[in-house]
Amino acid sequence: MLALIPLLPLLGFLINGLWYASVQLRGGKALSAQTSGLIATGTIGTSFLLGLVLFFQLGSLPEESRAIETTLFSWISVGTLNIPLAFRLDALNALFVLVITGIGSLIHIFTIGYMAHDEAPAKFFAYLNLFCAFMLVLVLGSSLPVLFLGWEGVGLCSYLLISYWYTDPDKASAGKKAFIVNRIGDLGFLLGMFLIFTTFGTLDFAALKEVVAQTTPSAHIVTIICVLLFVGCTGKSAQLPLFVWLPDAMAGPTPVSALIHAATMVTSGIYLVSRVSFLYTLSHDAMMLMAVVGGVTALFAATIAVAQNDIKKVLAYSTVSQLGLMFLACGVGSFGAGIFHVITHACFKGLMFLGAGSVIHGMHEEQDIMKMGGLRHHMPKTFLVFAAGWLAICGIPPFSGFFSKDEVLWHAYSSSHGGTFLWALGALTALLTAFYMTRLFVLVFLGHSRSKEHAHESSAVMVVPLQILAVLATTAGLIGIPHLSWLGHWLMPIVGHVHLREGVAESSEWVFMISSTIVAAGGIAAAFAVYSNLKTAEGLRARFKTIHTVLANKWYVDEFYEALFVKPIAAISDFLWKFFDVKIIDKIVLSFGTVTNQSGALARGIQTGSTQLYAFMMLVGFVSIVGYTLYGIFQ
Amino acid sequence: MNAGISMTSGIVVEPWILLSFCAAIFFIGLMGVLIRRNILIIIMSIELMLNAVNLTFVSLSGPLQDMGGQMAVFFIIVVAGVGSAVGLGLVIAMFRTLRSVDTDDIQVLKG
Repeated sequence: MLALIPLLPLLGFLINGLWYASVQLRGGKALSAQTSGLIATGTIGTSFLLGLVLFFQLGSLPEESRAIETTLFSWISVGTLNIPLAFRLDALNALFVLVITGIGSLIHIFTIGYMAHDEAPAKFFAYLNLFCAFMLVLVLGSSLPVLFLGWEGVGLCSYLLISYWYTDPDKASAGKKAFIVNRIGDLGFLLGMFLIFTTFGTLDFAALKEVVAQTTPSAHIVTIICVLLFVGCTGKSAQLPLFVWLPDAMAGPTPVSALIHAATMVTSGIYLVSRVSFLYTLSHDAMMLMAVVGGVTALFAATIAVAQNDIKKVLAYSTVSQLGLMFLACGVGSFGAGIFHVITHACFKGLMFLGAGSVIHGMHEEQDIMKMGGLRHHMPKTFLVFAAGWLAICGIPPFSGFFSKDEVLWHAYSSSHGGTFLWALGALTALLTAFYMTRLFVLVFLGHSRSKEHAHESSAVMVVPLQILAVLATTAGLIGIPHLSWLGHWLMPIVGHVHLREGVAESSEWVFMISSTIVAAGGIAAAFAVYSNLKTAEGLRARFKTIHTVLANKWYVDEFYEALFVKPIAAISDFLWKFFDVKIIDKIVLSFGTVTNQSGALARGIQTGSTQLYAFMMLVGFVSIVGYTLYGIFQ
Repeated sequence: MNAGISMTSGIVVEPWILLSFCAAIFFIGLMGVLIRRNILIIIMSIELMLNAVNLTFVSLSGPLQDMGGQMAVFFIIVVAGVGSAVGLGLVIAMFRTLRSVDTDDIQVLKG
């Protein structure tokens, strides 16, 4: 039954994909969005139900043997290396399976409405299903290579979906950028995997955990392994310095942004570090690096989000920022808080992206928030659900984001790996998050309409998933209420406890809860003060023109990478092409051709076309052979 | 082998005489194939070569007490007949298209 969870979406991919490839591409009938959407949603929805069944089955098992395993076949078997294609469900990835299939199903339903006018919905749904299948392989894989299979697969699907509208060169190159930047991270992942194999001799997670517990590996090697794996995570989960692909990835259709680039794929980095948390806890340096990178990314992306005008770009930078918070949590040893934030973030960010999709759909493909405004009258349902997402991400109690963000901030301060500096990074991020999200909310939904377009509310097939997500975004925090946390208890056997610093009292968590609520409220109030009157906002922008320009241009990171990496590599490639390729390799290859040609020109003289001459030659040859033989006999 | 080949009339012919005769006919045919340019003559020359071989078979099958030689002759006659039928067909086709039976006119397949 476990194997069915990833196989069902794969089946959906095959049905839709084969229909597209063998019928529609040959001039046949295109599947309608309803039909193909029903197939795709049906498969992923069934996976969700299976996931629920297995989840409860898992819950009924005793805590120490809480794992369900299934082996499909032996995948790679060379020498001592033996990798079966096996899935193992345990407390950690059961949560991920539920998030992927649950949120995934809702996004599939939304897509039916969103892609209703697309030319090839079957292709789109096939890609979405393939993505889900790979994502499930990623989280269910029992060993690093199987995880890597899914890891690469989701990268591929991300590429295919970002450049889904490939006739637009910008969108096509955004897909390429995502793929290439991810490849850089994957190199780190691969090297880390090799190092794990040479050090510990196994790649299976359970076996690895045992080996690590029994032996005392040198801290040096473990640090290198952890840093290399983290490089992989910075690529996939869009952290500094490899985050540049995620904002560009918004070129894809909005459901893709919601599913892949907010709710699921980008959190696979968090999953990976939680999966091998037993390694990370051995290396204080790697944890420190992860916490600092996470915190700095969170703040850095939040500052950029303040000055963006594209609704999806704001959400994209917000995603980068929230992922940074998750890594901050993992870096201070609180993997549980990181995963908690993954779950709540999947709910409210999925909701906000789909809400943005609904807005874009209703505004006839307009994405500039300066041209929106007053949408609460035209899209009352979207307004309501978006408000839930907005309050959740700002961290207003009792919405889900409050609980998870509070736990991240509290552990950033209180954990034995944490400190005031890391907490300050997180708190500042929370302040900015509340500010830019309120800015987005005010500019889109409140005030007066600034567009001539007549916005309309989306159809039920798009609104109902939004409403379900809104309920989730409001209530998902209840699984992790401080001190009563079901989630913390559930994950404890896998990710362990958070060790508090000396001198930090458990009870001071309440102070942090109150202070983070005040921070969020302050951010919201500030944004209201600035953006409820656009003239104030204009005045502020004029006053801080330099800062605004830098932020609006995303700290010039893209330009910096362009100058530092892309241009030199292009120049070197150009040189190699024009000198090495053309003048050396081509010369050698072409000279083979010339020699062949000239020897052929010499030999062609023999071919006169006169059959009788050929016959004469045959005679001469025959006589010579016979003559030679006879000569030999009589000798 | 006997000293000679007895004919029905009682005359005994030395084998070398017959073999030389056959070889002469064979080489006449061969030269015809190589030298003549008229395709009909070439086909006739080929027949000449084949029949020179036939003659050798027949003349030697008696002294060697082996009927295989005579058997082979029948096969060769049949195959030669088929061969010339095909060849003549080709000659007719060639004559229709080129209005000529000269082999110098069919040297297009040169390198």
